[in-house]
Amino acid sequence: MLVQGITGHEGSLQTKQMIDFGTNIVGGVTPGKGGSQVQKQPVYNSVKEALEETDVDASVIFVPPQFAADGIFEAIDNGIELIVCITEGIPVHDMMRVWAYLKTSSSRLLGPNCPGITTPGASKIGIMPNPIHMPGNIGVVSRSGTLTYEIVDTLSKNGIGQSTSVGIGGDPVNGTSFVDVLELFEEDPETHAVVLVGEIGGTAEEDSIEFIKQMSKPVISYIVGVSAPPGKTMGHAGAIISMGVGTALEKIQAFEKAGITVAKSPSEIVRHVKNIT
Amino acid sequence: MKLYEYEAKDVFSKYNIPIPQSSLVSDIYGAGEAAQKMRDVVIKAQVHTGGRGKAGGIARASSPLDAKNGAKRILGMSIKGFPVKKVLIEEYREPIKEMYLGITIDRKAKCPVIMASPEGGIDIEDIARNSPEKITMVHIHPLAGIHEYQARMLANSLDRNKIPDLIDIIKKLYRVFIENDCQLVEINPLAQTKDGIIALDAKMVIDDNALFRQDFPEEENGSLEEIARKNGMSYVGLDGDIGCIVNGAGLAMATLDMVKHYGGAPANFMDVRAGANEEQVKKALEIVSSGKNVKSIIINIFGGLTKCDEAARGIIDILPDLKIPLVIRLSGTNEKEGRAMLKKYGIHLAASTEEAAKGVVEIGNSNK
Repeated sequence: MLVQGITGHEGSLQTKQMIDFGTNIVGGVTPGKGGSQVQKQPVYNSVKEALEETDVDASVIFVPPQFAADGIFEAIDNGIELIVCITEGIPVHDMMRVWAYLKTSSSRLLGPNCPGITTPGASKIGIMPNPIHMPGNIGVVSRSGTLTYEIVDTLSKNGIGQSTSVGIGGDPVNGTSFVDVLELFEEDPETHAVVLVGEIGGTAEEDSIEFIKQMSKPVISYIVGVSAPPGKTMGHAGAIISMGVGTALEKIQAFEKAGITVAKSPSEIVRHVKNIT
Repeated sequence: MKLYEYEAKDVFSKYNIPIPQSSLVSDIYGAGEAAQKMRDVVIKAQVHTGGRGKAGGIARASSPLDAKNGAKRILGMSIKGFPVKKVLIEEYREPIKEMYLGITIDRKAKCPVIMASPEGGIDIEDIARNSPEKITMVHIHPLAGIHEYQARMLANSLDRNKIPDLIDIIKKLYRVFIENDCQLVEINPLAQTKDGIIALDAKMVIDDNALFRQDFPEEENGSLEEIARKNGMSYVGLDGDIGCIVNGAGLAMATLDMVKHYGGAPANFMDVRAGANEEQVKKALEIVSSGKNVKSIIINIFGGLTKCDEAARGIIDILPDLKIPLVIRLSGTNEKEGRAMLKKYGIHLAASTEEAAKGVVEIGNSNK
């Protein structure tokens, strides 16, 4: 795996955390810093340069928001299979262009503005804190960062391990949807049930209902933002109730109507998971 | 970031989208002067909220005296909590027909969508609800831009007799949308007058994430929202009495929900963002504790990029000045160090969001 933006403060720090977790990092990219080393990893000037030296099938992006879209384009053009973009604050117009480009490629983009993906006991791409994870059979997918940590931590502390935890990011335009991740969980033999953590804004949660109904594995959902007022952006660029669309209550009602379990708190998630496993 | 009508119209004029002649004034003398030049005018309150017409924030005047009186009344108004500080004095243009034209981002399709309706002037949401067949929507490929046939289709749906003029406006408006990083740009009404088609109103919302490459002056109002934003944090004021400081938007919403769940009322939403440092946590406490009615504060940090010991230092820095009880939860990166530092000060530390929320609500109850 490659780290784009490895020489930055966050990039360097998180590279160490990922190596500690067991991720096979083969180098990093920062234009103009090629030839140096970060966390004992070689730094290249471009993704292309890195690919000439080593094999890469995933890249994680810590590049600042002004240049992050360019970093994603570079990864796509070099045929990187999985691109995970951690960067928060990318202009939405950049992300619309990225999405249009991504669709014509075979790359998969996770994020931006996401904590990444962690498979306990195997590897981690992103920034989820190392100690909270525990190997097991629950898949976690969430639009949030720290709330994902809270849920994973709560599960682990109650003896419930995770197969893989995925944060899809809180931006209005992102690469991987709930449905994309649910499809992977449905096929994954290690995953026996899924916890889906949603929030206000957009219709990403509602859009996953039809797929959840067809799944053979149980899905437990948790939707936050019940107390959020309309018209105010709640931190995430995507977390806004606009034109009456995207309230937590609407999402909860839609899930309940479809027969999907909705937990009202992290501890209720634990209770529901224990009931079905 | 929302632009005022006059700011949006400034942008329109740069792109040669027709707008009425106008003058921005902040006192009655300016209003009188402007009306002298234009005779028949409309006085329009400049506020960041809809429904100003219904609230009495728009008036017509046909003499400088009328204009002064109208401006005096409107400048003294407050519309939905927004005090009117400026009014736009605009030449009156009689609309023969009012249409709607808007461009926004379709989150589901992940691309721009242009919306046109031959019936404008009223709330587009009302049109969408009551007669959705009257809205033509065209999605634009962000890498290809708007095609001629798409502009023609939209123009045709607005007014068959004015297709070339409308195509021109639609294409210019799309350029406004793209080149200014808009989340929304709207002309409502787009009016047909005896002298041609003209944008009588203008609305623009700029993507905050793109402000680094756009040049729109940020209005200083000293609000807590603004102070938070300048410090890289996100604050939203609410009605309750429990101050909330959380790192991460999702966890912040979960915390507010939990506070409510246990019977409390959050005074605010405050996301100190991932990677918050000592200074930011301290600043967050300053901002939240200065909010009206705040009687207790919950601090909920799940350290990832944020380090718990840094957060603890920020809290300790401001502790001597703080007269409000705190309930703190610190988990994640450097949790042990952070918790040990706070324990010395005898602060109760919760182990989870739920425990912290319950704790802060109980403080409120015991003080009643």
